[in-house]
Amino acid sequence: MSARAAARRIVALMRKETLQVVRDPSSIAIAFVMPLILLLLFGYGVSLDVRHLPIAIVMENVTGDTRSLFESFANSPYIRPVAMTDARRAEAALTAGQVDGIVVLRGDATRSLRGGGTAEAQVIVNGTDANTARFVGAYARGAAATWLQQDLRRRGETGDAGVVVEQRVWFNPELRSTNFLVPGVIAIVMTLIGAMLTALVVAREWERGTMEAMMVTPASMAELTLSRMAVYFVLGLGGMAVSVLMGIFLFHVPLRGSMAALLLATSLFLLGALGLGLLISTAARNQFVAGQIAIVVSYMPAFMLSGFIFDIDSMPTVVQWVTQVIPARYFVACLQTLFLAGDVWGVLLPNMAGMAGFALLFLTLTRLRTRRRLD
Amino acid sequence: MTPAEAAAAPTIVVSELTKRFRTGDRSVVALDRLAFAIAGGGITTVVGPDAAGKTTLLRLIAGLLQRDGGSIHVLGRDIAVDATSVQAEIGYMPQRFGLYEDLTVGENLALHADLRQVVGAERRQRFGELLAFTDLAPFTGRLAGQLSGGMKQKLGLACSLLARPRLLLLDEPSVGVDPLSRRQLWRIVERLTDDGMTVLWTTAYLDEAERSRHVLLLHEGRLLDQGPPADFVGRLAGRVLLAQAPPETRRRVQALAMQDAGIIDAAIRGDGVRLLLREGAAPPSAGAIQARSIEPVVSALEDEFVARLAPARRTLPAAPATAAAHPADSEIIAVRDLTRRFGSFVAVDHVNFSVRRGEIFGLLGPNGAGKSTIFRMLCGLLAPSSGAARVAGIDLGRSAAAARARIGYMAQKFSLYGNLTVRQNLAFFARAYGLDRRRRDRRVDWVLDEFDLRAEAESACNDLPLGFKQRLSLGSALMHEPAILFLDEPTSGVDPLTRRAFWLRIAALAEGGVTVLVTSHFMEEAEYCDRLAIIDRGRLAAVATPAALKASVATAALPRPSLEDAFIALIGAGNQAAAA
Repeated sequence: MSARAAARRIVALMRKETLQVVRDPSSIAIAFVMPLILLLLFGYGVSLDVRHLPIAIVMENVTGDTRSLFESFANSPYIRPVAMTDARRAEAALTAGQVDGIVVLRGDATRSLRGGGTAEAQVIVNGTDANTARFVGAYARGAAATWLQQDLRRRGETGDAGVVVEQRVWFNPELRSTNFLVPGVIAIVMTLIGAMLTALVVAREWERGTMEAMMVTPASMAELTLSRMAVYFVLGLGGMAVSVLMGIFLFHVPLRGSMAALLLATSLFLLGALGLGLLISTAARNQFVAGQIAIVVSYMPAFMLSGFIFDIDSMPTVVQWVTQVIPARYFVACLQTLFLAGDVWGVLLPNMAGMAGFALLFLTLTRLRTRRRLD
Repeated sequence: MTPAEAAAAPTIVVSELTKRFRTGDRSVVALDRLAFAIAGGGITTVVGPDAAGKTTLLRLIAGLLQRDGGSIHVLGRDIAVDATSVQAEIGYMPQRFGLYEDLTVGENLALHADLRQVVGAERRQRFGELLAFTDLAPFTGRLAGQLSGGMKQKLGLACSLLARPRLLLLDEPSVGVDPLSRRQLWRIVERLTDDGMTVLWTTAYLDEAERSRHVLLLHEGRLLDQGPPADFVGRLAGRVLLAQAPPETRRRVQALAMQDAGIIDAAIRGDGVRLLLREGAAPPSAGAIQARSIEPVVSALEDEFVARLAPARRTLPAAPATAAAHPADSEIIAVRDLTRRFGSFVAVDHVNFSVRRGEIFGLLGPNGAGKSTIFRMLCGLLAPSSGAARVAGIDLGRSAAAARARIGYMAQKFSLYGNLTVRQNLAFFARAYGLDRRRRDRRVDWVLDEFDLRAEAESACNDLPLGFKQRLSLGSALMHEPAILFLDEPTSGVDPLTRRAFWLRIAALAEGGVTVLVTSHFMEEAEYCDRLAIIDRGRLAAVATPAALKASVATAALPRPSLEDAFIALIGAGNQAAAA
């Protein structure tokens, strides 16, 4: 058969696929409405920032020093100190969930702090929420250090308070979680369009017997696959555009990298996601099973293990290894770099290579597993 | 090979064809050493019950499955070697027509034309021909998903015909399609064969086989027999008899005949009961089975089929309970001006009928005529827009739940739990109907005995053959001893013997005073009914006994019309006018 006939077939199949997308509200919903909802949810609803944590400060001896230490806690935007004198009452408040932590300052606390930095201050945190617990510990230490410096300065002394830490946050100076959540949401949406929607669409063709009808036409499996990928690739880029525009204009997330780099990273990831969706569809021939598999192997890992919500570096080592085989991880890294830092090729290239590798792997496996037969 | 030789060579040659499927660690033989040759031209039917292997055979011929043994040559070439080039010359319509439901009629056709390189003037000409041929010209802009079953079928056919195939494979094109569309389709395909096309058509309908040029009789993966249908006629000389009986006693005659060990099968026909004798068995006396007279008739394809299936699988249904002395003419279902609207669409339009106690009452009509809607309203699952329905003296508009306690319902797809055993299924339905423990145990035992299920009581339902599932489904519906039984297309897809056995049970129940309401596409099922209501586009076209319906459409040209003829005459005229 001539190349012209093949081209005609691909165009016809692409037209078919496009018409199906346009007329099927669920495809449109996943590509355009889903990013909207996810962005609104993560943009406004979920904030990982910690502010105004109620902390009980138990002062066994109220002196000028302890009072100024208390002030130092109160000056922190992250802590709302509650003054208490009785450790047992503070414990009751912690148990009741009224405070997230307790700082117990023994009578000689301030003096021993001055004496060499080893203050006898007890910090008790509510470990139910590990994230918050870590914050409380860190902030309590930070507040104590701040007090010590000010105290030294007040006395005209210098130097022996150890290392003076002056913090400066780069890339996301306001520490807004929206700034790194929005790029993460984009990765989730791309995963849904690429892997889940594709797997569902192919399963539907099996269910309705249209796949069977296509197989007896001269169209090859490669033509069927290519035309489908082309259409869902464009749909994915559409979803991407919606997400990026919302991120920039609604949530004021900066985009410091170039459009070209963003397009390249997205394309590589989409190819992998489409490959995964097609691979799933070679195994699952009904929509329910295809949907389940797609959620378990693409959506859930993209959510939990991509570094979108949970920082990969703070995961246990074994889980960190696992994240290596989650393509979304490389995409999230690229996106966060592109949005918050810029075209840092040193970061982008290895991650892009990772995505390209997965795309190649999934598409090759799909090619090997696809047969022009029903069994 | 010269062109002349190629034309004379058989279109399909199959030898020693074997196909196995693996499910888990079990290997099931779907086709067992099939061998046949199909000459060019004409319609060849592959006949057999569900799971006979019909679809598998067609898919193998289309090159969609890999065989495990033997060979298939299609149009002179080995399909395993040369699938793509063979497929270019065949048309294939899968069971669900293979249409894109989100695409319009025109878009579906255009897709297939592009894929098969039908372009330019050829394409315009082909579209014109096919649209005219299938009467789809007015609907090119309609989404395929919104077409009726018959129209989808014709569109599927048109798509498979675009490139003028030499061989056309049709997989159960008449399943779920009403008799009118079924007849139209047959005519269309017959015309195709006039131009030299070879057609392979799978079906569960024996009447279609009788009209074809060649028949392949398939059962459980084996080719039982093959040949032109005429070869099957008269083969069982002396073994097929007609026991004359008036409509009122036909069921009694049938039940008595089935008690006779020498009789393989007894089927109710228009003018009596058709009996099939075991080889060498003596015919029963007319008196013994309470028939007026018994006379030999010419055997047909169906007799051959039944005779071959029978020895292995006879399950004798219980004799009917002695006819209860139920008050004559006591009206148990009364439907007055029943109407149901969905938006502006009137699904059921002022329907009136009544059903007597112990009667078997059939609702017949084409797809989408409103049968199911009437059914759902009578079961109290759907509220009528206006009008009233009383079931067992209870007004459905007032207390649907109370009426439901008197109703047993057997759904088309047998609502059974596949992972539960037979006993667990029965116990579940008993609890669902609120039976107390003692009554529950008693009823489960009754069903296991009465429906021959005791040997399978602990088997998971999924592993049972279709006929068993059907019996279990009926048993579940009877758990709470309902006064009325609703059957929705109860025997579609089962072989003729299983269907007969099922109807014997239904007849026994009716004799015992249970009222039976049934919807069907199957004209044979309709023959079992005492009275029939023909529903057409939401309205009642006729209510009468099968004999009266047939008599009403008799003409000089057709002095003894079949029930299907009557159905088509009553529905046909109206349908043609309303097609647009």
